[in-house]
Amino acid sequence: MPTTAPTGPAPGLAAYADVTTSDATLRRFLHGLPGVDQVGAEARAAALGTRSIKTTAKAWALDLAIRMVDLTTLEGQDTPGKVRALASKALRPDPADPSCPSVAAVCVYGDLVGDVKAIVGDAVNVAAVATAFPSGRASMEVKLADTRDAVANGADEIDMVIDRGAFLAGRYLQVFDEIVATREACARADGSHAHLKVIFETGELQTYDNVRRASWLAMLAGADFIKTSTGKVQPAATLPVTLVMLEAVRDFREATGVQIGVKPAGGIRTTKDAIKYLVMVNEIAGDDWLDPDWFRFGASTLLNDLLMQRTKMTTGRYSGPDYFTLD
Amino acid sequence: MAFEYAPAPESRSIVDIKPSYGLFIDGEFVDGRGTSFKTINPATEETLAEVAEASEADVDLAVKAARRAFRGWSRMSGKERAKYLFRIARILQERGRELAVLESIDNGKPIKESRDVDVPIVAAHFFYYAGWADKLDYAGLGPNPQPLGVAGQVIPWNFPLLMLAWKIAPALACGNTVVLKPAETTPLTALLFAEICQQADLPPGVVNIVTGAGSTGQAVVGHPDVDKVAFTGSTDVGKAIARAVAGTDKKVTLELGGKAANIVFDDAPIDQAVEGIVGGIFFNQGHVCCAGSRLLVQESVADEVLSRLKRRMGTLRVGDPLDKNTDIGAINSAEQLARIRELSDIGESEGAERWAPPCDLPSSGFWFPPTIFTGVTQAHRIAREEVFGPVLSVLTFRTPAEAVEKANNTPYGLSAGVWTEKGSRILHMASQLRAGVVWANTFNKFDPASPFGGYKESGYGREGGRQGLAAYLKGADL
Repeated sequence: MPTTAPTGPAPGLAAYADVTTSDATLRRFLHGLPGVDQVGAEARAAALGTRSIKTTAKAWALDLAIRMVDLTTLEGQDTPGKVRALASKALRPDPADPSCPSVAAVCVYGDLVGDVKAIVGDAVNVAAVATAFPSGRASMEVKLADTRDAVANGADEIDMVIDRGAFLAGRYLQVFDEIVATREACARADGSHAHLKVIFETGELQTYDNVRRASWLAMLAGADFIKTSTGKVQPAATLPVTLVMLEAVRDFREATGVQIGVKPAGGIRTTKDAIKYLVMVNEIAGDDWLDPDWFRFGASTLLNDLLMQRTKMTTGRYSGPDYFTLD
Repeated sequence: MAFEYAPAPESRSIVDIKPSYGLFIDGEFVDGRGTSFKTINPATEETLAEVAEASEADVDLAVKAARRAFRGWSRMSGKERAKYLFRIARILQERGRELAVLESIDNGKPIKESRDVDVPIVAAHFFYYAGWADKLDYAGLGPNPQPLGVAGQVIPWNFPLLMLAWKIAPALACGNTVVLKPAETTPLTALLFAEICQQADLPPGVVNIVTGAGSTGQAVVGHPDVDKVAFTGSTDVGKAIARAVAGTDKKVTLELGGKAANIVFDDAPIDQAVEGIVGGIFFNQGHVCCAGSRLLVQESVADEVLSRLKRRMGTLRVGDPLDKNTDIGAINSAEQLARIRELSDIGESEGAERWAPPCDLPSSGFWFPPTIFTGVTQAHRIAREEVFGPVLSVLTFRTPAEAVEKANNTPYGLSAGVWTEKGSRILHMASQLRAGVVWANTFNKFDPASPFGGYKESGYGREGGRQGLAAYLKGADL
């Protein structure tokens, strides 16, 4: 995963510099993006969901999906013991099968980063939620302090939330500035920066037009990843929302040359669902995104279902849940 | 790293194709007196079955059987007729997978379409008209409406079972009996439907299926004891039928060709519009009378729409119709493939620019890649003639008025599509376009409750909805 900060904005991105000079220009730009027809977008997502992924294709997809998991626990009751267990699981999801890959990252609250790091070292990334997760309701100083704290604790990736209130009130430049400031707060002393994922909480933005606008806004502000949800609001990730975001990163790369990752999070619990997402990545954004550097699943229970399916593929038999670790 | 989808073929074992099929007359399968013919799988050219050809005498027997059955069927209460139709609808659903697989084998269409589009709409059509059977008095078509008698119905090969449903369901609901001729290249699902009629204990003679080619169709249409002719197919044959029945008291509905404009404005939801363009022309290999075969795109977004369209076409999967991941199946016949090739070559020689994504086509069977022509003008033959294949002509326009003018500048008028986020523009366009169906921000959507039919050379009469009843009742012209 690239963790060094680019030396300056990509040449393609420079063309968009004047878009973010004022609230008015940013608003004009975001509202000038082509609309999303809800019925059409949902029909397209549903149609891709009927792809039939079997045998070798399924085996390939299962391993890829495991490698894309951001194994997550974001509870008030999280303890060092809990996150250490999760970290061990992230390293060796299936202790019985050494060929099983590790997951992409462990995602926890900022104060628990060190506990995870102690187990996983550099083998698996540690992601921390920050900026007054999950509501984002705090002053900018608090949000930035939250971010710096997580980075100082050793987080490789920061999952920030946008201020949905500001977005829905049309104060797009405020949201933009917050992302820019948070990205600066992700900087480390050695010049590198923690990878920034920007959470929209699409269940609160509600319309696909808003999802498309938020995607462009975050990408222009320097997000490395755009992420659907905190997991605390229903609906969390859905196929059509992710479809709109995949279209956005595809179009953004075409326009600027800069590739941005996508992370649906929350509500993805089964292998069947995970494979639908991978099909969508493949057919909407393209193969370049079929990599843990560019696509992640924010999930917890998904992993065991993937492992169960993986064991089924290799042994030909389904085993019960007791054969997989609960962490 | 590329995501290669492994083959995911739907099993053929659910269908039992017999080596030979007779005609379905008076509730029984009987031998035909014509020269039997073969039906093949267009994806492999393998012979599927030998099918009887109905001679004029066979058609006469079928019409006589239908006439005998008409006495009982037309006097039966609507509630009782509805029971049969509901039963047929349920059996269609129960045997849905079998019908879908058989349709894909005989027609060449991808299983995902026969499974998710054709068969569900077929069952829905029977359910819908079953519901009307005991409510005809309240259809707004006059008091105590009466059936016409025997309906002679001739259907095409592009949606074999669906067109059968569009014809038979309203006819039976209104108390008519039918003699139906399926297309010669796709008779198998109609013959399976005949078995379903037996399974449903439908009284003998209410539905008769006579297989054959053009001469059988002529015999059905021209039979003096046929009261109603319903045809779906080409405009040329439609005109011949109109001539044949002129001067008789037969009632006629014709659903013929089309050259629909799919109009994309600069304020359209572009990604969904691209999807609609793809679905509009490549659905069912473009073998769709209402296909959006002329893309009219506003010049200010033409480049963007075209580049997105080409990228999207690159992801279309052409191949084995029974593979669940196939998007585009086989062309239905060698004859149709030759016609598509001929018109495409003409397009090229007239100066339009041809483009198709790279795709490997199977070595046997009939295949044509999804193709677009750019730089097409109203003067090109590919912009005027119905190709009936996966071939899209792209034209541009500058203003809404020009879009309307170009869209209407065709001898056809079956359907049109409008893509814009502006609601008022949709309503304005719908009032200006001379087409039987105008889809807004979608395309190729069918529902039994929605009437379907054409303007101008696309035919007359409406099928579907309450309007579809009028075609099968006396004095009930809408």
